[in-house]
Amino acid sequence: MADISMAALTKVYPGGVRALDGIDLTIADGEFFALLGPSGCGKTTLLRTLAGLETASSGSVGIGGRDVTALPPGRRDVAMVFQDYALFPHMSVSDNIAYPLRIQKVPGATRREKAAQTAAELGLTDYLDRRPGQLSGGQQQRVALARAMACHPQVFLFDEPLSNLDARMRLEARTFLKRLQRELGVTTVFVTHDQAEALALADRIAVMESGRIRQLGTPAEVFRYPANTFVASFIGSTPMNLLDGQVAGGRIDVAGALLPVPEGLEEGLAEGEKLVYGIRPEYLGLAEGPAEGALRGAVRVVENLGSAQLVTLEGESGFVQAVVDEDRRLTPGEIGHAVPRRDRALLYRDGELLNRAPAESGPAGRPGEGEAA
Amino acid sequence: MSTEATTDLEKHSSPGRGGPPPDPSATGHLAGLAGARQAVRRIGFYVFCCLLLAFFALPLLWLACAPFDRTPTITASLPDFTLQNFDTLFDNPYAMRSLGNSLLLAAGTGVLVVVFAALAAYALSRVRLPGRDALLYTLLLLSSIVTGTAAMVPLFNLAFELHLIDSQLGVILVLTGGLLPSAIFILKDFMDGTPRSYEESAQVFGASPLQIVRHVVVPLVRPGLATIAVWSVAQVWGNFLIPFLLLRSPEKSPAAVVMYTFYTEGGQPDLALISTFSLLYSLPVVLMFLLVSSRYGFRFHGGIKR
Ligand SMILES: Nc1ncnc2c1ncn2[C@@H]1O[C@H](COP(=O)(O)OP(=O)(O)OP(=O)(O)O)[C@@H](O)[C@H]1O
Ligand SMILES: [Mg+2]
Repeated sequence: MADISMAALTKVYPGGVRALDGIDLTIADGEFFALLGPSGCGKTTLLRTLAGLETASSGSVGIGGRDVTALPPGRRDVAMVFQDYALFPHMSVSDNIAYPLRIQKVPGATRREKAAQTAAELGLTDYLDRRPGQLSGGQQQRVALARAMACHPQVFLFDEPLSNLDARMRLEARTFLKRLQRELGVTTVFVTHDQAEALALADRIAVMESGRIRQLGTPAEVFRYPANTFVASFIGSTPMNLLDGQVAGGRIDVAGALLPVPEGLEEGLAEGEKLVYGIRPEYLGLAEGPAEGALRGAVRVVENLGSAQLVTLEGESGFVQAVVDEDRRLTPGEIGHAVPRRDRALLYRDGELLNRAPAESGPAGRPGEGEAA
Repeated sequence: MSTEATTDLEKHSSPGRGGPPPDPSATGHLAGLAGARQAVRRIGFYVFCCLLLAFFALPLLWLACAPFDRTPTITASLPDFTLQNFDTLFDNPYAMRSLGNSLLLAAGTGVLVVVFAALAAYALSRVRLPGRDALLYTLLLLSSIVTGTAAMVPLFNLAFELHLIDSQLGVILVLTGGLLPSAIFILKDFMDGTPRSYEESAQVFGASPLQIVRHVVVPLVRPGLATIAVWSVAQVWGNFLIPFLLLRSPEKSPAAVVMYTFYTEGGQPDLALISTFSLLYSLPVVLMFLLVSSRYGFRFHGGIKR
């Protein structure tokens, strides 16, 4: 069991790509930590630098209080699950799982016994003699996990382990992964570009953009109070509405609609100041008729989300999306009035959040729950 | 191809052979005529193919017949059966020993080529070197000279300076040097085709580079290694120039060189001996091809099936 610490970690690839740019991060012992970010932001690079497959250009990495910056991968006591699982195609499942033990020179019989034991924990007993090529994606993923578990590492590193699975399997695998991590209590760093996965799994999330961490927090914090407009537009199954506005008489004027200022932010706003008003589609209600403090727009697109509908309104403020009840009948072209929930509205000045997260974001709960992958 | 062709032939010839024609009047007759013409054309084609095949098969036929003939000539004919030629061959002091020498040279070179080519190809495939590809192409170009006639004199001088004249080790080293570049070139393609994540995965578990090569890389490129091994053995087996150049004593000479000495007292090539020896000489290579191709299969490109 070990914590991970990174200080001013920088990785510049030959050719000048700055994939990591001064990362300072501490991951607690036993934590399930997600690295989230768009493609090319440096998630894999960070993970590989932790594993030792890439050497840091500057800065340091510590695992379990030990400085491992200069240690080769094999001596860091970590296990990595690759995106393509990297199961050895020429070895049976049993040999694959036992491979770390083979490197540790554990005798053959003990090795096979341990492999069988680990495989049993993951429900792989029936497949021990098969080759990886004869397994389904989900089974391969479990073999990869078993192989990582077999050497009892201090840290698990997962690089998008669920991305090769179909949507249904992914939900199952993710629950399974979470349970497994809880039981083992091993510090886990998990890379994903799927925000729903990160929200559902992680104890804490770091949202990255071009080699920097843009926000660090619990899933609830990151979802409720995205620290900047980048995170705001990245997190959430439907992107947040970010509308240009202006302070006008204690309200926010968004293209003619006067919206109430979020609670606790009344002071400190200068009249006429330009701000960005953020509201998630889930927190926009569609009023029956013209209403005060509502965003007005014509219905352009209605998307069925199953238990709800995502409506895109085109108004003077541009496109606004709202999630409305599944029973509501909407015809394209009709005028809609979207009313924001005041306690969920966010204000951004120069791209940074003005709202303060309450010390404890209790009842906000885990918003990631209902989101389909 | 041949099976396809025969079924084709059957299909075409069946109406002519007397399958019930659709209409037993003049049209039926016409159709039969057209079918016959088709069949004749087909037959002509196959006769041509057979002749062509016979032309190429004749030497092999000779190889199969002559050793068992009491009075072999350079024509292939039904043998006047005897095993006498084999007895003569076994009595020849150098014949059987030369096969052993060939085996030694081929095996030695094969092992060296496979081991060095595997290591070099792995390194070249995984390590970024400036000018790596240029290096490979230059080596490939030069290798055809190294074991070729053009480098005969310098090679001899080199071997002389290194005291490797009349040494089988010398022959093995020279042949290995000549074969390595092509072997590296082919194997590098195999290595390039195996994903790095396998090795990285092993690396994270603490495997050393040599362990990675043994446990992961070699099994993945096994068809490539088999191809290289067979290819280099065949190359050495058939090589005449280098051993002829570097070996003095007949008891160290391989089969290809010894065969050159089979003359009758009259100065005529001893066909009985040559044909019999040729048969023995070609058998091991054929057997090796069959064995390796059934066990590993040959492939000349990288990439792995998963
Ligand atoms: N070996 C390399 N050499 C040079 N540049 C690289 C190398 N590997 C990655 N990069 C660059 O570094 C940046 C970060 O890459 P990285 O693979 O860490 O992204 P990522 O966040 O994992 O993206 P994805 O979600 O697509 O996997 C990218 O701009 C990429 O082009
Ligand atoms: Mg990646």
